[in-house]
Order: sequence, then structure tokens, then C-alpha cells
Amino acid sequence: MSQERGEAAAAGVLGGDEETYRALLQSIVDVARAIFGAEASSIFLYDEDADELVFEAVSGQGGDALVGTRFPSSTGIAGFALVTRQPLVVDDLSNDPRFSRERAASTGYVPNSIVASPLLHDERTLGVLSVLDHADDRPFGVAELELLSRFSTQAAIGLDLLLRARRARSALAGDGSAALVARVASLLDDADGDEGLRLLEALERLLASRRA
Amino acid sequence: MSTRPIPAWSLPSGAAPAIEGPWREALTREWAIGGSRGAVDVCIVDSGIEAGHPLVGHLASARAVVRGEDGSVAIVDDELGDVVGHGTACAGIVRSIAPDCRLHSVRVLGSGNTGAGDLILAGLRHAIEAGHRVINLSLSTTKRRFAEELHELADDAYFKGTVIVASAHNLPVDSYPWRFASVISVGSHEQPDPLVWFANPEPPVEVFARGVDVDVAWLGGATLRCTGNSFAAPHVAAISALVLAKHPELTPYQVKTVLRLTASNTEGAG
Repeated sequence: MSQERGEAAAAGVLGGDEETYRALLQSIVDVARAIFGAEASSIFLYDEDADELVFEAVSGQGGDALVGTRFPSSTGIAGFALVTRQPLVVDDLSNDPRFSRERAASTGYVPNSIVASPLLHDERTLGVLSVLDHADDRPFGVAELELLSRFSTQAAIGLDLLLRARRARSALAGDGSAALVARVASLLDDADGDEGLRLLEALERLLASRRA
Repeated sequence: MSTRPIPAWSLPSGAAPAIEGPWREALTREWAIGGSRGAVDVCIVDSGIEAGHPLVGHLASARAVVRGEDGSVAIVDDELGDVVGHGTACAGIVRSIAPDCRLHSVRVLGSGNTGAGDLILAGLRHAIEAGHRVINLSLSTTKRRFAEELHELADDAYFKGTVIVASAHNLPVDSYPWRFASVISVGSHEQPDPLVWFANPEPPVEVFARGVDVDVAWLGGATLRCTGNSFAAPHVAAISALVLAKHPELTPYQVKTVLRLTASNTEGAG
């Protein structure tokens, strides 16, 4: 087993697998888009260090090309939801030249209406979930606001799991004890016989007896 | 340890002061806000306000809570205005209902700050100490460690005569301060009339105000059509200003009572 696969296996145990959680987030935006009959839906991750919002999952207009794209956290309607921690609907975005220009430059798509909800998990604001434009041009209303708020709970949990997986992966790829465990795990998997396993069991008994 | 004065727990027999009030009269909306233009100090604790926006007009003051490089929090004159748009939207709503109010801005949200609890606390404390009669908080914090201090601040405001109006949260998370009994918490109804409000018999949301398809002030002198509790709260802040401008002697408790008794689903609305 390669080092990378060893880390991935250990990360799977410790923090879950990133690809699975990315698929979960993609599924959430796909379903949100279908239920709302919308042109697009996105999940943004809030990168606290950079103070930016990052496209993590996109369904519809813009698609995969947008994933990884960043913009300042306090601008746009997603930023509106993020900084105030309040969901909202905006219905005439295309009338606002400032917003249209910025969005057109960054995404290639200028929506007319948007529903956005902050992704709150425990005490943290992890990002924003948004849905853009009804396919039949109907305006969004309170019903969509409440529905998206419910979806945002699911999206926040998915985003939290993704972040945990990334932290676990990062720890396992470093020089710390978690990385050592990952390397040993990958060697164990490669080794013939069970000598390594018996050695580890002996180490476990030794550590336990010292603690007792 | 709290430095608050020890309250008087007992009152000598017969020493209760008379509390004056028009309570024998029927409490109607005409009595509460009729003819009022809301000439009191209203503070928007938010993302700042774009001064001079056609829907906002003149600002009586603009301050910003900023964090220094050493992490300390300071309150300075706001040179930046509003980079998000949210505070300007709230200010425009207040101005539209209470045209004579003196609008004050305390910026606690914006670039580099997605609502740090300590900045919100500092901004709210400043607004209360400034003696503004009404404070609008279309925001909340989910940080539990700030909840107790926020609660104390909300109670201080309540006893000092400052009405805090806070937008309710419709996400299933614990957030503050809208859940506190010492503030007026506001959710949205779908009617287009800015002077239609409903008392809610099932708190913690106490009032429902216009929050759907509201044309709000937006950055660069523009307007946007928005929906959300963020935009319902400023309606109630403005209506509270109308009440207080006409009846400056009322306490926050009484303002809340007046709002309830003159709500569109109670008899005083007529």
C-alpha cells in the first residue's frame, strides 16, 4: 500500500474520506436545485484565514469550473448571509450594476434572484448555501427561505465533515504522531504474516500497564 | 464579581411612588404613533451605513468597532461606511417610517469580521452608553461564551430605557440576543404594509413585521428587493421610535406592551 493510500485509509478511520463528503455536498446542491426548480445552487466554504468565500460545490450554471473560486467574504449576497448569520432572499439583483459586474467577472453568470442561508454548525459559521433563479422566473419568497434554511442544516453538517476529513488528512501527512500511525498502518498492510500486529498488541499492553 | 449596585429588595409600606400614565384611556394606534415622525435617537449596530444615500439621508454619528493588531477592541470614528450593504438596508427602512429620527451607526460587521461576538458586544455597549432610545440588531452571534455578557447588556439597556429590537433567527441553532426577554424579537410577515405588525402569542418571537419583498437601500445609492427577518426588525425599531417620540416617558417594557396592544391582530390597531 502506498503512503498516500495509507494516509487515506487512516483518514477514513479518523476523519472520514474527503471524496465521500464532497459527494455529499454535491448531492445537497443537486437536490436543492431540483426541489427549488432553480438554475443553480452552490455551497461556499468560509476560509477564515483568508477571509474569503470559496465555491465548494456547484450545481447548474457555472458548474465544476467554479469549484475552488474565491471572493472576499463580505461582498455579494452570500457575504450578506455570512456576516449577519441570517438567511435572506434578494429578487432584483440584475438591477444592481455593482453586483452584476462583480458576479459576471467572477462566475460568468449574472443571476436575477438568490436565496442564501448561512451554514451554522455548533458555534461556527462554516459557509453559505445559495440557490439562484427559478427556472420559470418566479420570484423566491418566504417558503423558499424556510426550505433553504432546513437544507442549510444538512449542508452545514456535510461541510463540517469535509473540514474534519481535511484536518485529519493534513495531520496524517505531517510529522506528528498521527502521521507516524498512518505510516505504520500502511506498512502493516503491506507486511506478510502477523508479526507486526503482534508487536503492536504488545506495545498496547505495555502502554496500558504503565497507565494502570 | 459584578460591580452592579445592590438592588432594593424591599419597599417600606406605603412608599411606592405613583406611576403616571394614560392607562385609563383606551390604548389605540392613534394614541401610540398618530402624527409621530420618530424624532428620537435610533442606532443601527450592523455593517455601517452609507451616509447620504437617498433613502438614508444624514447620519447623526458613525462609529466603528475595530480590533487592533494586539487583539484589543477600540471604538473609532467610522471612515469606511458600509462595505456589506446590510446596515444601509436597515437604516433606509427606519428612515422611511421614522423620517425625523436621528440615525446613528455603529459598525461591528464587515470585511475581516463575520460577526465576532466581542465586537458585537463592544458595539452594543457603546450604543447603550450613548443613551440611544432604540437600537436595531439585525444580527446575532452563536458564540455561547458571549451569551451571558450579552444578556447582561440587554438587561442594562432594558432598565436604562433603551429599546433593543433584534431579528429572530429561523435556523435551528442557539443564537443571541433575540431570545432574551429584555429585547423585542422580530420575525417576518408577508404583507406589504410597513405599518402592519402582529403580536405573536407564542414567544420567543414577539412581533411579526414586514419582511418580504422590501425595497431596501443598497450600496452606491441603489435599491434592492429583499426578504428576511433582517429587514423586519428595522420596521419595529422605527415603530418603536414613533412611539417613543410621542411618549418619551415610556419604558422598554411599556413600549413592548404598546406594540402588543396596538398590533394588527389586537383591538388597539383600530
